[in-house]
Amino acid sequence: MNAEIKTIPLVVVTGAIAVVLLYCLVFASTAPPQAGSVLPDTNLPVPGRTGERNYLGLEGGAYFKIPEIKAQVVIIEIFSMYCPYCQREAPEINRLYSIIDKSLDLKGKIKLVGIGAGNSPFEVQVFKEKYTVPFPLFSDEDFTLHKCFGEVRTPYFIGVKINDDGSHRIFYSKLGEFKGAEPFLGLMLQLSGLQ
Amino acid sequence: MKKDGKLIATAAIVLVLLWSTTVFAISDAFRQNIYNPGLLKPTDSVLKVTVGEYAPDFSLPAVSGEKISLSQYRGKKNVVLSFVPAAWTPVCSDQWPGYNIVKDIFDRHDAVLLGITVDNIPTLFAWTNQMGALWFPVLSDFWPHGAVAGRYGVLRSDGTSERALFVIDKKGIIRYILVNDINKRPRLEKLVKELTGLQK
Repeated sequence: MNAEIKTIPLVVVTGAIAVVLLYCLVFASTAPPQAGSVLPDTNLPVPGRTGERNYLGLEGGAYFKIPEIKAQVVIIEIFSMYCPYCQREAPEINRLYSIIDKSLDLKGKIKLVGIGAGNSPFEVQVFKEKYTVPFPLFSDEDFTLHKCFGEVRTPYFIGVKINDDGSHRIFYSKLGEFKGAEPFLGLMLQLSGLQ
Repeated sequence: MKKDGKLIATAAIVLVLLWSTTVFAISDAFRQNIYNPGLLKPTDSVLKVTVGEYAPDFSLPAVSGEKISLSQYRGKKNVVLSFVPAAWTPVCSDQWPGYNIVKDIFDRHDAVLLGITVDNIPTLFAWTNQMGALWFPVLSDFWPHGAVAGRYGVLRSDGTSERALFVIDKKGIIRYILVNDINKRPRLEKLVKELTGLQK
């Protein structure tokens, strides 16, 4: 009986770990999330900075899921501070943020987040400071999220439409060079149905 | 019940091992041109230098065409040697581009960075061009093959070098050595911490 009491938590814990890892391994072994599908069930830490929490519309707690962001559209950039294209495109993505921020029609409706694949919090902070990135960036130090997102090359962009009922749908999922703030924003508006 | 627990624990360990096999995110800057050697033995050499001793001098050709000697920095600059195993491989292609955006950190610590591989100059030329303009010299330890890597004790049995960092102060003394798991990129903060330590 005592052995069983000691064993049950081990079973539960290891079983839970195995299920989570298997879930993401399935994702990693297949393609990245496709347009028309939903995001992998992943958690991000709630930012410590008040400004970033307010931007995302998060009230508290330790972790959140991307569809909980208060927005109609969320654009996720999977980047790395070690990626030359991510470095080169950072100013233009900042400009995308700025265009949205200055638009009375779009501010609050479209939000950006970045996930630093394999980047430690220090490395993410280096990238943030180097390019003065105004939107929240998250560290994915051990590639956990990167694996869940199909081990994509960087930079990789995912557009997510968040519905009023809390459900969501990916409408854009693509690797590659960012062709400029205006054309990208136009594409996001068109594909998301926001305009 | 105990048997079931062992089975599940074993399954979880297997999954964790599978989980840890891939530890890089290739930049699209390299398109489909990266050769993936798979998971390698983490280290495969024996160091021949230690912290506190003088760094062996060397003179190697740089991609830029000049010849660079370690001794030219003696009394002038701290030096970081960054050995990476091979051009056109995943983690290596994902290391120096990061150093390329932190020149200010090296400047702040009065340090220069020397990138070294055992590849030849034409290969290094093509590879580093894909990274954009690097601010630091990239040196070829191709011939005699891996002589400098061998002198420092970071030449692997397959002729590539380890993924290693050496921090050498202005007196030419080795202050820090990191022979990293070849499959993983060393954390930038480790290097920054050591550079900060040089000032003390």
